[in-house]
Parts: sequence; structure tokens; C-alpha cells
Amino acid sequence: MISMTELSKIHNSPESAARLKKRRAAEWRLKAYGIMAITLAGAALVTLMWSVVGKAAGAFTESYITLPVYLAADEIDPDGTGERAIIGRANFGGVTKDALKDAFPFVKSRGDKRAMYDIISGGAAFELRELTMADPAIIGQTIDFRFLASDIADLYLKGSYGDLVEQNAGGTLTVQSDGKTAVVTSSTTDFAFVMARVKSDLLAKAAFNRDQAALQENGRAVFTQRGDLDEAAKREAARDRLLGVAEELEARAALDGGREALDKNSPSVLVRMGETWVKLTEVSATGGEGKIIGVLDSGVRAAGDWQVYLQDLPEASRKVSDLQIVLIENLRSAGAVETVFSKRFFMAGDSREPELAGIWGAAVGSFWTMLVTILLAFPIGVMAAIYLEEFAKKNWVNTFIEVNINNLAAVPSIVYGLLGLAIFLGFFGVPRSAPLAGGIVLAVMTLPTIIIASRAAMAAVPPSIRDAALGIGASKLQTALHHVLPLSMPGILTGTIIGMARALGETAPLIMIGMVAFIVDVPTGVMDSATVLPVQIYRWSDFPERAFEARTSAAILVLLVFLIFMNGLAVFLRKRFERRW
Amino acid sequence: MKLSRITILALAVTIAAGAASAREQIRIVGSSTVFPFSTAVAEQFGKTTDFATPVVESTGSGGGIKLFCAGVGTAHPDIANSSRRMKAKEFAMCQDNGVTEIVESLIGYDGIVIANANSGPTFALTLEQIVIALAANGPMPSTWDQVDPSLPAIAIEVLGPPPSSGTRDAFEELVMHKGCKLTDLVECEGVSIREDGVFVEAGENDNLIVSKLEANPNALGIFGFSFLDQNSDVIKGTSIDGVEPTFENIVGGEYEIARSLYFYIKVAHIGVIPGIAEYAAEFSSEAAAGEEGYLTDKGLIPLFEDELAQNTDRVKGLKLMTGDEWN
Repeated sequence: MISMTELSKIHNSPESAARLKKRRAAEWRLKAYGIMAITLAGAALVTLMWSVVGKAAGAFTESYITLPVYLAADEIDPDGTGERAIIGRANFGGVTKDALKDAFPFVKSRGDKRAMYDIISGGAAFELRELTMADPAIIGQTIDFRFLASDIADLYLKGSYGDLVEQNAGGTLTVQSDGKTAVVTSSTTDFAFVMARVKSDLLAKAAFNRDQAALQENGRAVFTQRGDLDEAAKREAARDRLLGVAEELEARAALDGGREALDKNSPSVLVRMGETWVKLTEVSATGGEGKIIGVLDSGVRAAGDWQVYLQDLPEASRKVSDLQIVLIENLRSAGAVETVFSKRFFMAGDSREPELAGIWGAAVGSFWTMLVTILLAFPIGVMAAIYLEEFAKKNWVNTFIEVNINNLAAVPSIVYGLLGLAIFLGFFGVPRSAPLAGGIVLAVMTLPTIIIASRAAMAAVPPSIRDAALGIGASKLQTALHHVLPLSMPGILTGTIIGMARALGETAPLIMIGMVAFIVDVPTGVMDSATVLPVQIYRWSDFPERAFEARTSAAILVLLVFLIFMNGLAVFLRKRFERRW
Repeated sequence: MKLSRITILALAVTIAAGAASAREQIRIVGSSTVFPFSTAVAEQFGKTTDFATPVVESTGSGGGIKLFCAGVGTAHPDIANSSRRMKAKEFAMCQDNGVTEIVESLIGYDGIVIANANSGPTFALTLEQIVIALAANGPMPSTWDQVDPSLPAIAIEVLGPPPSSGTRDAFEELVMHKGCKLTDLVECEGVSIREDGVFVEAGENDNLIVSKLEANPNALGIFGFSFLDQNSDVIKGTSIDGVEPTFENIVGGEYEIARSLYFYIKVAHIGVIPGIAEYAAEFSSEAAAGEEGYLTDKGLIPLFEDELAQNTDRVKGLKLMTGDEWN
């Protein structure tokens, strides 16, 4: 036996102090690791949410362009019947184009007209058609119609293609116009900023050529060393050519004054005089020459009556052209452009045009699929759990089943898709792409989760409850259904909801059964072709159009809201009805 | 409990009712490359005609043709999209399953581009150099200046599609198999893309490759032209044999890495499922696939005018495939 003095020696000795310090340090380290882990996880979550929310913002608003449109009676309904079918067949695409032509009569060439038509969505004509069909009285009138802007116009308005930045301009502008092109000259060096910009671009290009020349020089040296003189001579020639180009560019940049050309690969410079713009193709420090967009006569403009704008992103690098920017800016100045909350995103089915695409079709598809899943998985899962927990004997068959259920919970979900394809589609003839097929597959996938959760919940009901029920003469079935099941319901529901939440976010098994599809119509039942929310996200992320990026993120947000709601419900049920023994 | 019993019963009735009714919509399966074009046509078709909007599935070319060839009847798709021509073996499978009458229609071309971030070096490559850099049975260089001393001295890193993708098939055919003939360093026999980490399989999603390129300016990416077209403010195309991958160059045929896109029509379904012939006519029309059609806005490289006219004749006249296409 250790005496008290010895014991206090153990606790007071210098060794013990060192031991204690070590133990405290270990504890401190563990705490620090924990905090680090949580911070890291938190940071990852915040970054994810930040990027998703940031990108999604653009999808919740849409832009409209209001234009007067003349609904000519002889084109839409020549006989004045007012019948829906006849009005529906009219060429509303043409009517829409005419509205644009009337608004911008100066747009003449074929290519320019195509660009002009592209600022309005292809879906706008169908909305105009609907409006006219609903109210034939407006035929023959000129109405102000809100045309949905196309995806590129909408992206431009939201600043995705860079901003048009106004530059300082204080001189008087002299304009010489021949109708199509104009020479503009300012009394001061108002265009010096363009020249500076162009010259720095020239120097950058020269530097690029020198870099390329250096690479050719590498080649020349290597091939000379290898004795391949033909190849070396080729590289030398290429080097000299590149150096020549670089020197020429540098000479141009060093020159004071002079004129430089602007093309598709240089920043755009736009001179604005009210509604008319000049897109410069050649520039000097005091002015330049360019293409007129609008109608322009020769004359003199006082300072303040004209502005000069720089669009930094070259025309070749963006989907919205200078002409389209000018038209949109003119409409914006006239107050014809508005950006409003997009109900369409929540109410519309899928579309190949980003500005028309919505998640409603996928959300309804998800609803039908989940309905089938819960109707199948919940009763079957709970009944299986009751049998296994309350009735099954402990023998090797039941142990084998138990182990397999636990294994099934960890099987990759694509396997269930293959199963669905082979059995439900192949053998039972369930239609492809239908929520019924998806629901069955997801139900099979969710079953193990529900069974395991339900069994755990039933196992947590104390034996005394069962004994008491049996003791007053209840049958085994009555004990299970009247006492054990109600008491374990909160746990069962929690497990079910979590299983459903997983099923809601699943895409892989649905690929196999044809739910990864483009479906425009909103499904009206479990037999209609449908797609689901996560599939919608997956497909939108794969489309090339830039505007789908925002829609992808917005759809992710909607799915997250659903998942948070479901998990919240699970937490609520647990907190509200849970019993502790 | 009672309620759910009724619901289940109701569900069962709906199932029985639904299974009995015939299909109203056209069903289209196949290539993910053709998918953006096929869906655009399907939507236009649904909006402008009285037919239901077709359902378009993205299954990949091979998977789509397999479904298409599985048999005749409303359980099987009516049209298959493909980013390559149907193979003789697949045609034979179709014949075996009773799908004997098939019409082949061209859609247009899809350019395959090599690109990198705007902030990275500008590459100008030749087919030969690409094959030397990427072939598994070549010298397997680790930096570009080992391929050619006039290329920058940076590590070779190429992001591209996995073997399951049609883009990968086309790249191997149009670049690897062609380029190997130009160099002594790579044997054409069994030429394939190296698997030592220099070529990174970046998944089927081309948008993902684009955003990875932005993050890594020295890496090159391989993907469809429409993704370069939509993202030209952040990435730039690599010229191949001195030709820039621009719309004009691909249309004109100067840029050679371009493949044909097809769709196949099951003639036995025409008249059974409403609208198949009309949909096919819309897809091959001037308004859709022509030089100024709406599909070119989506990034399709249109057919030459005489090709388009020939193709329209083939679709309108329902000229069947004979099985001699591969000879």
C-alpha cells in the first residue's frame, strides 16, 4: 500500500508537474484541432453558399423591353372572326420583328437586323400571341407590349459582359457625316485615352511577338546543335519575321499623334450624340472615323451634348455586339427597359432558351416521384421493421436478412438504377421517364434506411411497455401496433424524412430509367414523362449558354431550401414528440 | 391507414390506365453533343405545331443507338441522335431486332477545339505535335519544349473528355489517327492517349473543363466549339496547323477537327406516333440547320448548301439505309 506522503509525492514531484503539463497540452491540442476542423468545414460551407448565392442572383430577375407594337388586323385576323384558332396561326414572330424595325428604322443590313432581333427573346412572340388570343379586341390597335429580353440582352443589363464606361470629354465636336460613316473631331484631345490604350495594346502585342521570336530562337539553336540546318533556317526565318512585326508595332506605339485602327479584338469606343452613336473604327488623339448607328447629319456639337464611352471587353470576346449594346442603351435611356423579379423561373417548365427556362416542371416531377417513393417505401419499410424487431426469431435466416439490409444501405445508387431498368422497365413494363419508375427505384433505394431507422426507434422503446401491454392481455400484434409503433413514430418519421431527403437529391439511378431528359411539359401524373430537380441542375450545368450558369445555381438553392425544410421537419418531429425513458 | 390504402388503390388504377394508353409524344434518345440542338428543335416543334413536345433523353451516342435498335413498338424510342455515324455492327443489331427501315439524316458539324485561359501562353500547334505530346506509344515528353524546341517550356497538361464520350472518340479519330501518319515518333498501330496523368480526364461536362482552365492557365482543354464560342472572354482557342478555331474557319472546312452529327429515324413508327416526319423535316430544314438557322445560334456548324439540300431530300423522301453505307 502507498502511504499518503508517497502519494502526495507522486502528485507534487517535478515529474508529475511535467506529466500534468503534457496532459493539459494534449487536451489543448485536441481542442485546437477540433476548432480548426469546425472552422475549415464552416469555411467550406460559407464558400459554397457564397458562390452559389452569388451566381444565382441573376436568375431571380428578368428584363423586359417595352415597345409599341401594331397588331395589323389584315395580318392577324383578316376576316375579323376573333377565333382563337385563327389568331393562333398568325405570324407573331413577324409582328415582333416589325415592332423592332419600327423602333430602329436605321438598322438596314441583314446581319444587323439579325443582331437586332436577338435582343428580344424568341418566347416573346408567343406571349404576344397568348395576349391577343385572350383579348381579340386589341387587334387593329397599337399597344405597348413588354417583350421579354433575350439571354444576352439580360446578361448585358446585369453587367455580365463588362460595363460601358463614360469617359471625360470637354471639347466641341465637329461631325462630318456621309450618312453611313462619320468623321468626328474634338477641339481638345478627348480621345487621348483611347490612343493610350491602343498604344499599350500595341506594346503588349509587340512583347508577345518578341516572346514568340525567343521561342523560335530556342528552336533554331536546338536544331543547329542537332545539325538539322534546314529546320534551323526555317526557325530563323520565323524568328526574324516575328521580330520584324514586333519592331513595327513598337515604332507605331512610339509615334506621337498618328491614327490607329480599332477592330473586333480591340476595346470598343462609342461616341454618343443623343440617340445616335458612332462606333469608331479609326482613332486619333482628337477624334476618329466610325460607323454611324442611327441617323446623323454633319454639324457641330457643344461640350455636354456628346459623350464618349469605352467598352473594355473586345467585341470578339462577348456575345453581345456593339450594335446590340447601342440599341439596349437607347431603350434604357427612353425608359423602355426594366428588370423585375422573375416569377417565370419558379412557374415555367424547362426550355432550351435560358430566359424562358424554369424549375416548375422539375419540381412537379420531383413531387410525383417522391409521392410514389413515400407511398411504397414508408409502409413496406415500417412493416418490415415491425416484423424484424417484434416478431422475427433470432435464427441465421433472419440474421442473414439483417446483415443484407445493412449492406443494401451502402450500395451505390446507380446499382438501383440498373435494377430498375432490368426489372421494372424491362419485366413489368413501367413506362420510361415516368415518375412511377423513378419513384419505385428510389423507394427500393430508401427502404434500407427506413428499415434501419425504424428498427432502432422500436428497439429504444423499453421492454416494460411491451411487458405491461402483454401483462394486461394484449396480443403481440396489439402490443406492436397500439404501443410500440406509436411510441417509436417520431424516430421512424425522422428516419423516413432523412431517407426521402436523400432520394430527393439523387440523379444517378434516374439516368438509367430515362429521367435525365429534356421535357417541356409539366407532368400531370405519375405516368407522364418527367424529370426531377437534381437532374435539372445536372443538365443545365452542361449547356453552353452563359445564362444557364445562374439558373443552375438558383435551382441548387431551391433544392437546398427543400432539403433544409425536410431536415428541419425531421428535427422538429424529434424534438416535439421524442420520449425519453 | 385507410387513406393510404385508397391512395395505393388509386395509384394502381392510374398505372393500369396509363399503361394501356398509347404514347402521344415522340421519344428521342442519344448523344449528349446533339442534345442541345435536338432539344432546341423539339421545343420549337412543340411551340409551333399542334403536336406534343418530344421528350429528348441524353444517353450518349452508343447507348442511344442501342435503345433505338432494341425493337419496334411504342416502348422503344423513335429517333436516335448520334455524334458519329451508326456502325455496321449497330445496323446489323437493328436488323436483327426488326428495326429494318431506318433513315439517316445529317445535322451539321461540330468543331472540336483545343483552348486555354486568356491569361496563359498562346499556343500554335500542329497535328503532329499534339500526337507526339499525347500518344501513349510515343516519346511521352513532359514539357512542350521537348515536343518542339519552339514551344514554351511548360509542363504538358491537357484536360479532356473520358473514353465514354463521343468527343473523345472523335478526337482520337480526327487528331490521333491522322496525326500519327505525319510523324516517325509515334506508331499508328494501336495509337492511344497516354494515361500517366499528363492527359487528365475531366468528365463529360464541358463547362467544368472551361472553369478548370480558368484556374490553371498553363493547361489546355479539349471540348466542343460552342463552349469556346460562349466563353471567348475567358479562354482562347489554339490554332492547329496555323488555322484558328473560328466559326468561319470550321464552316469553310479550313479547320479540320470537325465531325458530322446525325440522327436516325425509325420509319416503322411514322404514322403510329404522331409528328415524327414533321419533326425530322423541321430538324433538317433551312430555318433550323441552315446557315442562318436558329441552331447556328446554339453553336452548330451548318452543312454546305448542297449537302443540306441533299439531306432534306433524303429525309423528305424517307430514303432508307441499305446497309452498304460502310463499303
